[in-house]
Amino acid sequence: MALISVNDLSFAYHDRQVLSGITFSADAGEVLGLVGPNGCGKTTLIRCVDGMLTPDRGRVMLGGREICTMHRREVAQAMAYVPQSTGNRTAATVFETVLMGRRPYLNWKVSATDEEKVIAALDLLDLRDLALRKVAELSGGERQRVMIARALVQETGTILLDEPTSNLDVCHQMGVMEVLHGLAEEKGLAVVIALHDLNLAATYCHRLLVLKGGLVYGYGAPEEVLSEEMLRNVYGIRAVVKRDLAAPYMVPVRPGRLREGV
Amino acid sequence: MDQSVVIQEGYARLKRTRTAFVGGLLAALVILIGVAVTLGSADYTVAESYLAILAGLFPGTFTAPEMAEIIVWDYRLHRVLFAVCAGFGLAVAGCVMQGILRNPLASPFTLGVASAATTGASIAIVLGAGVVGGDYLVIGNAFLFALLAALAIYGMARYRGIGSETMVLAGIAIMYLFSAVTSLLQYVGSAEQLRAVVFWTFGSVDKSTWPKLAIVSLVLACTIPYLLYRAWDLNALAEGDEVAAGLGVPVERSMIVFMIIASLITAVIICFTGTIGFIGLVAPHITRMAIGGDFRTLLPASGLVGSLLLLGADSVARSVLAPQVLPVGIVTAFLGVPFFIYLFMHRRNA
Repeated sequence: MALISVNDLSFAYHDRQVLSGITFSADAGEVLGLVGPNGCGKTTLIRCVDGMLTPDRGRVMLGGREICTMHRREVAQAMAYVPQSTGNRTAATVFETVLMGRRPYLNWKVSATDEEKVIAALDLLDLRDLALRKVAELSGGERQRVMIARALVQETGTILLDEPTSNLDVCHQMGVMEVLHGLAEEKGLAVVIALHDLNLAATYCHRLLVLKGGLVYGYGAPEEVLSEEMLRNVYGIRAVVKRDLAAPYMVPVRPGRLREGV
Repeated sequence: MDQSVVIQEGYARLKRTRTAFVGGLLAALVILIGVAVTLGSADYTVAESYLAILAGLFPGTFTAPEMAEIIVWDYRLHRVLFAVCAGFGLAVAGCVMQGILRNPLASPFTLGVASAATTGASIAIVLGAGVVGGDYLVIGNAFLFALLAALAIYGMARYRGIGSETMVLAGIAIMYLFSAVTSLLQYVGSAEQLRAVVFWTFGSVDKSTWPKLAIVSLVLACTIPYLLYRAWDLNALAEGDEVAAGLGVPVERSMIVFMIIASLITAVIICFTGTIGFIGLVAPHITRMAIGGDFRTLLPASGLVGSLLLLGADSVARSVLAPQVLPVGIVTAFLGVPFFIYLFMHRRNA
């Protein structure tokens, strides 16, 4: 079942068209990767999907309801959003930061149940030992896990993430993606994630949506979408796509450096 | 011990520390109020001051020396409580602005609200023009101009798409604009008018009265509970517009509401006091250093720190060159800035 679906979405900043006719959906248990070069409209698409920007045309359906008819609090109870930056409240502890995810349900007082939910999320993301540390003291990977934990305590069916692996080393990138992939499959979440690293996207996403100049260039399983032709047309690079592992991966090639016979 | 228990206890300890901090500030404020009411030429003790306050509140139950009761209730208590309320309000306004704009320099003064009030007051003093006449000419102008500045910042931010950086930039631009207008008025004004304008900018609680105190208290009583009720939204906004939106906060509408409330609190205070610039900037920082950034306790604690700072400074201003009274704005800067720099450096070293 599609937890989130986008139909014929278009958006323009003043007279500059950024997105045109975008259609996709993400089912329960699925990780959908949004990929494309810088400026292709990934972040704008995420903002339209989350309701922070209002599309000029098209519909975003969240759990069967049109997002523009929902109150912001209702949206936050159905979809969590992890932005690119990791926040500014350097004085807050990990526990308090994750607790913030309960905001869509809180009025003033924090109940014991809220606290238990926070601890469960900390457990799931292996953050227990860091619970009382300040977020500012953590490494980039740990901080990213805190942001995902905060999204988890929102108890939503859909999680939207904008490049959660940027600024992380390969080990932490894989750690974060393992967590997201595991959450999608185990908890039946729909995870929509904007990514730059195509190999990471092909390894962990069930489907990829490739954007080029605000249009959908390709949409499907990584095996179908990741091709040398796509890399040439969308990114303007020459690359070799290998298919000798469980997921396809690409190796970029400097111009004029491809050996004969490869 | 189970680790989840450790975490829950750790969080409970943090909450207890914050509550104790607020309690400590309240106790310190009650003591300082007693001392401040006692300071002056009349000869009675701090205990007699408390008795005089209680005797006024509960006639018949408490009795105090008649002289003390008259001096406390007719001359001193409204000034002391005005300093408490003004400090509280300015600190809360600064705290809200710093939070939603995520800028440590944001305060009613760096955002142009105070310079607008000064311009309004200057127009009244130099040109004698104003919307409200009579005794409220200067006060009315200061209030209206302060609100005008807040609306101008909002309008500019709205035009370019609202965002915290836009608001700060708009505020700085407004501040320079109004400062220039004030300078022009000072330039064309007479020596006497110039003196009056400059004196207004010093900031002081000299002109407090019970009715003025009632107005300020009423505004605080209407706004502070609302701000506390929305403390989680302030927490979310302090994390960033995108985070707040993702957590279900209607960002644009909330920022406008919070900015208007903070500006209203500032305007209603500084129209009576003139510019007391330091409290709104520093009290939230001092509080955040002590108990962290949760607005549920940060707001009241910042307010109490602001009250202590302003009342303390006013007490010093009244006693250091007695019977001469220094403008409190000067004393807050002299006492508060070194203290703040010490705290800041100490924390950095730590």
